[in-house]
Amino acid sequence: MQKSWWKILGAVLVIYSTIAGLLLGVPHLDILNETIRNLYFHVPMWFAMIVLFSISVFYSIKSLMYTNEVYDLKAVEAINAGIIFGVLGLITGAVWAKYTWGQFWSFDPKQNFAAISILLYFAYLVLRNAIDEEQKRAKISAIYNIFAFPMMVVLLFVLPRLQSSLHPGNGGNPGFNSYDLDSRMRMVFYPACLGWILIGYWIYTIRFRIRSIEHQTN
Amino acid sequence: MQIANQVKQLIRKEMLLEWRSKYALNGILLYVVSTVFVCFLSFVSVPEKLTWNALFWIIMLFASINAVAKSFLQESKGRHLYIYTLVSPVALIIAKTLYNSLLMIGLTLIALLFYTLVFSFPAGADMGMYLVATVLGSLSFATIFTMVSAIASKAGNGGMLMAILSFPIIIPVLIVLIKLAKNAIDGLDRSVSLDDIGLLAVINVLVMAASLLLFPYLWRD
Repeated sequence: MQKSWWKILGAVLVIYSTIAGLLLGVPHLDILNETIRNLYFHVPMWFAMIVLFSISVFYSIKSLMYTNEVYDLKAVEAINAGIIFGVLGLITGAVWAKYTWGQFWSFDPKQNFAAISILLYFAYLVLRNAIDEEQKRAKISAIYNIFAFPMMVVLLFVLPRLQSSLHPGNGGNPGFNSYDLDSRMRMVFYPACLGWILIGYWIYTIRFRIRSIEHQTN
Repeated sequence: MQIANQVKQLIRKEMLLEWRSKYALNGILLYVVSTVFVCFLSFVSVPEKLTWNALFWIIMLFASINAVAKSFLQESKGRHLYIYTLVSPVALIIAKTLYNSLLMIGLTLIALLFYTLVFSFPAGADMGMYLVATVLGSLSFATIFTMVSAIASKAGNGGMLMAILSFPIIIPVLIVLIKLAKNAIDGLDRSVSLDDIGLLAVINVLVMAASLLLFPYLWRD
C-alpha cells in the first residue's frame, strides 16, 4: 500500500481528468468549440512519451557504463511504452484535426515531425531485432538510442517553431496560455498530465517485470 | 598531440586506399552523373525552382548514403582488429568523419557543377548562398552517416539497416537544408538564412559530440 500510492494517485488523476475534462466548463472559442477538451487527452500523451523516452536514454547510458542486462531491458521497455503513448498522441491529434482542420492528416509540419520521431524509435526496434547476440544487441541499441534522442528533441521542439503550422501555439494560432482566461482549464490540464505520466510509468514497470521474468525462465 | 598525429596518418591511409583503387570515388561519380542524366531524359527541363531544388537534394541524399556507407562497412574483420591495436577510437572516428567530409564536399561540388550544366541554374538565385548550403549539407551528411554506418556495420547486416537507421535521423537535417537552399534560390536577403545556418551548425556539433562520446563504446567488442 505504501509503495503503490503513486499508482493509486495516477489512476485517480486520470479518472478525474477524464470525467472533469468532459463535464467542466471550457472557454468558447471559434472553430475550436468543444474540441478544446482534446487538450486534456492529446497533450498529456506527448508529455508521457517524452518522460518515458528520457527514462530509456537514462538506462541506455547506464547500460553502456555498467554492462548489466537489466538496464537494457529497462531501456527497451521504456521505449515500448513510450511508443504506445506516441501513437495515441498521433491518433488523438488526427481525430481532433478531422473536426477542426477537416482532414485526419493534412501534412501539417507538427504531424509530420511527430510521425518521423515515432519512426526513429521503430528503427530502434528493427535494429534490436537485427542482432542476435544479447550483449552486442544491448550495446549497439543503447548507442543508437542515445544518438537518436537529441534528433528527436530537434524534431519535436526546434523544427516546428521554424515552420508555419496550423497547430495551436504556432504562427499566431492561440496556444494553451490564451485559452484559459479564467484558469478553469488549468484545474484539469495539470492533473491530467501528471496522471498520464504516472500511468505511463506504471505500464513501463509492469512490462519490465514481465520481460525480466521471461528472461529468467529462458 | 598523439591523437592529431594518428588522425593525420589515418586520413592519409584512407586517401591512399581510395587513390589505389579509385573504386568508390569513380563509382559514386558515375552514380551521380547517370542519375542526373536519367532525370534529364525524363524531365528534359526543370522550369520550376522548387522541383530543381528538391531533385538536387534527392540525388545528393542517395549518393551520399552510398558514398559514406562504405566507410565502415567495407573494412574487413582482420583490418579492423589491426587498426584497433594501433590507434585510439577517438582518432579513428575523427579521421573517418574528416575524410568523409572532404569526400562529400568534393562530391557535392562536382555534382552541383554537373547538375547546373544539365539543368541551368535558376535566374535570380543567390549562387554564393547556395554553395554555403551545399557545403553545410555535405558536412551534415558526412557526420551523421559516418556514425550510423559504424552502428550498422557492427550490427552485421549492412545496406538495409543503414537505410532504416539513417533516414529518420537525416530527415530533420534535410528539411532545414532544403529550406536554406530554397531561400538561396529565391534570392532572399542573406540575413533571413542566418537562423537556419546556425541550426545546422548546432546539429552538426551535437552529432559530432555524440559520436565522439559513443564511438569508443561501439568500437570495443
